[in-house]
Amino acid sequence: MKPTLPLDELMSPGHLACQGCGAGIAMRTSLKALGHDTMFTFPACCWTVIDGPFPYSCLEVPLLHMAFEATAATAAGIKAAMRALGKDKTTICGWAGDGGTFDIGLQALSGAAERNDDIFYFCYDNEAYMNTGIQRSGATPWGAWTTTTPVKHFKKEVKKSLDDIVAAHKVPYQATASIAYPEDLYKKLIKAKEIRGFKFIHILAPCPPGWKARPEDTVKLARLAVQTGIFPIFEVEAGKYAQTVKTPTRKPVLEYLKLQGRFKHLKEEDVAEIQRIVDMRYAELEKRFQG
Amino acid sequence: MAKNRTKIEFQKLSELPPMVQSLRSMAANPTGSWRNLKPVLHKENCIQCTICWKFCPDAAIDWVDDYPVINLDFCKGCGICAEECPKKCIEMVKEGK
Amino acid sequence: MKKVIMGNHAISYGATLSRVQVIAAYPITPQTQVVELLSEIVADQKLKAEFIKVESEHSAMAACIGASSAGARAFTATSAQGLALMHELLHWAAGARLPIVMADINRAMAPPWTIWTDQNDSLSQRDTGWMQFYCQSNQEVLDSVIMAYKVAEKVLMPVMIVLDAFSLSHTYETVDVPDQALVDKYLPPLDYKYRLDVNDPHTYGGLTTPDWYMEFRIKMHEAMDQALVEIKKDAAEFEKVFGRRYDPVEPYMVDDADIVLVTSGTAASTARFAVDQMRKKGKKVGNLRMRLLRPFPFADVREHLKNAKKVVVIDRDISYGYHGIWAQEVKSALYGHSKVPVFNYIAGLGGRDIFPETIMNIVADVKKMKRPEQDLYWVEVKK
Repeated sequence: MKPTLPLDELMSPGHLACQGCGAGIAMRTSLKALGHDTMFTFPACCWTVIDGPFPYSCLEVPLLHMAFEATAATAAGIKAAMRALGKDKTTICGWAGDGGTFDIGLQALSGAAERNDDIFYFCYDNEAYMNTGIQRSGATPWGAWTTTTPVKHFKKEVKKSLDDIVAAHKVPYQATASIAYPEDLYKKLIKAKEIRGFKFIHILAPCPPGWKARPEDTVKLARLAVQTGIFPIFEVEAGKYAQTVKTPTRKPVLEYLKLQGRFKHLKEEDVAEIQRIVDMRYAELEKRFQG
Repeated sequence: MAKNRTKIEFQKLSELPPMVQSLRSMAANPTGSWRNLKPVLHKENCIQCTICWKFCPDAAIDWVDDYPVINLDFCKGCGICAEECPKKCIEMVKEGK
Repeated sequence: MKKVIMGNHAISYGATLSRVQVIAAYPITPQTQVVELLSEIVADQKLKAEFIKVESEHSAMAACIGASSAGARAFTATSAQGLALMHELLHWAAGARLPIVMADINRAMAPPWTIWTDQNDSLSQRDTGWMQFYCQSNQEVLDSVIMAYKVAEKVLMPVMIVLDAFSLSHTYETVDVPDQALVDKYLPPLDYKYRLDVNDPHTYGGLTTPDWYMEFRIKMHEAMDQALVEIKKDAAEFEKVFGRRYDPVEPYMVDDADIVLVTSGTAASTARFAVDQMRKKGKKVGNLRMRLLRPFPFADVREHLKNAKKVVVIDRDISYGYHGIWAQEVKSALYGHSKVPVFNYIAGLGGRDIFPETIMNIVADVKKMKRPEQDLYWVEVKK
């Protein structure tokens, strides 16, 4: 059988991601679509470490490390320079975790989205500040344990609807994606590369240590997040929603939750609450999928 | 353009770039020693579906002559390949056995 | 070509003549005219540049860092709160060794809200690794932008051009706007060797262990030392091409002066005027204008203060619980080299005017004392 993705690797082995890191898969797959005419900027995030210490890097494309809240503005600056230098074809990407996107980087993200800067903004979402030791972020879901939402006082706020916030900026392209569906992600990026303006890609990237899950379950968890409707996979093109991975019959959320230690403390009624939150959000999106 | 995959040692201040700049690939850093469990491929059952190759977070599975080749210099032993293999033809065995 | 322009527009013309390629800025009084004129110049295509109208000063500096890393000549301008918001990224720009140039129009820090001048905003950024040039005329402002890129791109450290709010930023003066051809000759296009390049990909600013961190700090310090050498060379070259000269410090009648004032910004031109008045009355007073804060011109300061019997540092700033910031710098330069008493006067905070009489009163006060009886003296304040 022919591989469904290009064989070329722009991410080398030997990087410093944990065993079974979802963010590693996210980068590897994305690079296959983006190709070598690509530049990155990273804020503080897991990938700050994954890439490797001085004088090494696991990427075969240029990368500028930057401050935590500055991803989108930095990418906009790189893009402006490339345009000024007549190298407009290069794809410029911000690549940030959920903390750097949902929380501290939201202002710069909003600014770049509103200006419709011609950049990609990737958020690889592992639903907490994993790099600093699993503290809750605006992306942490209701019910989850983190080191700042301990078991007795687990997170009581729902995950911020970042995709809706981005959609409110009327950007030309945005999509959610999952590392469990690499062909879907690949296809979206190939398409988005041809679109001028702001492109937002939100990838769910399970984190075995942070989610207290087995490293071999990373892809399974990413898939279950989609199949349960916890992380629906869609794209929004010029305001039009399309579900790109269909889930006509959704699995119960428990199947996803029970594989993760971060939800181990939840009682039956808590699981029911999560199911309720997920159903509500899914119904909302479903209406948009149907136009 | 593949980066140089060998280690680099600086002797003098003057050899350093003015700012922190990568000069070599992390492929100079074999991460195989992180592994507790080792994937062993039973090629005879492999249906060449590429799933193991596709999902490796470490790019430690190469696709060579239509089959996966696990690069044990780098494989951290996460077990995603074994878990995702539809034919269960990758077995995770204890390191050193 | 001679033009009557405000200080803020002198910055815009300086940036235009320097052929900046990316501008990212956020509005703040009293900086706004800098970017208003620049956005018009860019929109009219009189300057081939990208202008990013960012949503904060933090993003302005972030965009400049991105642009400069990609090899473009980047520019921004700000004041007070905006500069303080950038603080994190000022360290970043210097640590990343990017030749960014920024104008800071000195505005006092809030609270309370104020838009008037003092130097606490820029002086608070002393240790970020930025060169700082303090200007006293609109001509100097324009010329300094060009000179800033020249040195920044040689030593790979960023430069801040500093000027007083209103007394310079909004004051109209006759300025010789140099010919583009001459500027082009003086300031060649940027060829940033360490730019992001898909054909030669590198990662910049990655995690660095204690094994190497210090060595990169040594390199920054050495770059600053080199900058001082280059600034002096550039001053000579600039004079040759444009007929105007800017040295790290500007002495005025210091050689035979008993009392030497040390000043910066527009207070320096006021002090010079006051020196003339006092000289007419036979008082042996001189003025040393500080143009550079960083790199600090130790040798020049020592040289020009060596004959003084009293040194009087007039600070338009204060380090609470210590004293004026320029006074600290001057004292540390003299320590071990001179026993001259250093008097420190704090004047003109939050835009309070510094008049020639203010300076003359300070001198009269100093004359009454052998040595300073207090660490600092507040000038013209309500008692």
